[in-house]
Amino acid sequence: MSTAPPMVLAEGVHKRFGRNEVLRGIDLEVKPGEVLCLLGPSGSGKSTFLRCINHLEKINAGRLSVDGELVGYREVGGKLHELRESEVAKKRAEIGMVFQHFNLFGNMTALENVACAPMRVKHESRDAARERGRALLTSVGLQDKFDVYPSQLSGGQQQRVAIARALAMQPKLMLFDEPTSALDPELVGEVLEVMRSLAGDGMTMVVVTHEMGFAREVADKVTFMDGGVVVEEGPPGELLANPRHERTRAFLSKVL
Amino acid sequence: MSAVRGTGVEGRPEDIRAVPVRRPGRWIAAAIVLVLAVAIVHSIATNPRFEWDVVGEYLFAERVLEGLRITLELTVISMAIGIVLGVLLAVMRLSLNPLVAGASWLYIWFFRGTPVLVQIIFWYFISALYPKIDLGIPFGPAFIHGNANTLIHAFTAAVLALGLNEGAYMAEIVRAGIISVDEGQADAAQSLGMTRLQTLRRIVLPQAMRVIIPPTGNETISMLKTTSLVSVIAVPDLLYAAQAIYAVNFRTIPLLITVSIWYLVCTSVLYVGQFYLERHYGRGATREQAATPLQRLRIRLGSLGGASRAAP
Repeated sequence: MSTAPPMVLAEGVHKRFGRNEVLRGIDLEVKPGEVLCLLGPSGSGKSTFLRCINHLEKINAGRLSVDGELVGYREVGGKLHELRESEVAKKRAEIGMVFQHFNLFGNMTALENVACAPMRVKHESRDAARERGRALLTSVGLQDKFDVYPSQLSGGQQQRVAIARALAMQPKLMLFDEPTSALDPELVGEVLEVMRSLAGDGMTMVVVTHEMGFAREVADKVTFMDGGVVVEEGPPGELLANPRHERTRAFLSKVL
Repeated sequence: MSAVRGTGVEGRPEDIRAVPVRRPGRWIAAAIVLVLAVAIVHSIATNPRFEWDVVGEYLFAERVLEGLRITLELTVISMAIGIVLGVLLAVMRLSLNPLVAGASWLYIWFFRGTPVLVQIIFWYFISALYPKIDLGIPFGPAFIHGNANTLIHAFTAAVLALGLNEGAYMAEIVRAGIISVDEGQADAAQSLGMTRLQTLRRIVLPQAMRVIIPPTGNETISMLKTTSLVSVIAVPDLLYAAQAIYAVNFRTIPLLITVSIWYLVCTSVLYVGQFYLERHYGRGATREQAATPLQRLRIRLGSLGGASRAAP
């Protein structure tokens, strides 16, 4: 087990948007099967870092690898070569992502949303993709919503469809970008429930969240970010109860 | 009383029945409109110079129908060229390659910036500019040689002018549609491993259609009428056919009425088509689909019968 490469390994990751330096050297590691919760004030670069992991954003400096392979590049003889679009797409297909605003495809029903990528990207047969789609939607409690369009679903239902859609690609890593921030309070629970059971199944997850209860209960490791750097990290019991750093304390005192 | 009106739903309060506000202004306006309408209809029916019998005589005349066929052909072919070209130009315009985006910009600038009538005449006289047309590798061997005069006759010139011009307008419409789709849709598609092309084709364009369809309907209706400009280069379209007839028999007004009737019939058919296309691409965007005219009629008839039912 010790020979398995980390699922995510970031070393000195920098990201700029124009002159705005969002990430200033992120070092971070996620082991296979681990659940990492990223905490931090808004604007601290959590979401940007998450988007870098599946190359929706290109990093400017540092090294970032997923499952032992560099994100977006190939290293040949000490030189980095950019990957072709199809190669990037292939790697993205192995990483599931869930967004704050769900981003369900508005022109497709719930089932079509879930079955779309397996058919188009993995070239599975329509029947097989839909069969698994139905099973996945059932597993997130939406067995009666197969043929409903996203606009007719509640926020919590949409986010559960979005999770099923990401799982349909059988990813080895799941990224959650504030999955419950856009939800009405009474709908948060149903989404966290799905995520909790996913973690229980051993999925490797990186979760940007403000749900301290979820972090405490489900995370193996909690990382606190501020100003584009990792301020501190540790097991949730320790970090949330006894933060060592002043900035962490200040943040936690506001959200807890 | 409530026992009579009861619809089976217990405890439902009775609808309010209040005396409506008097609106004398409405009645006066309605009276004015009615008087004007009667005056116009009376004039149309009794003025002998409309020569309705001549209109009837020529409405289905062979030359007029032949002209109508040419008009419809021009509309369909030009719009097809315009739509394909428009999608291509819109995608080019959004390209990250500045040369490709610039080329699209230049095309749109040129074809939107010159009158379509000028473009039609220009294409008609293209042989004066390029007497010979060779199709092949630029600066290399050519596979097709031709005399421009035989390759580009009036109909081809008309289709080229209308189609290339339409492409510029459609490009802006398609671009607006693509931009209207939330960026999160592309993020989600790419995070699932779709390429940019797949994302465009499967996710972005279908959703952009909702924004693209209504102005495209307008463009089609506009194109149907714009084709009448080709009469200047002697393409025997609907207007040209009528002109040819009244040049001989001097029945100008009735023939122009004949032409107008046909244009109205065609645009009306396009209205219906647009309605159903919009309805189709509105799927998933609205909570309830708009009722078709037939469904609306059924609902109205149902409510006339006394039972107020909700739309299915």
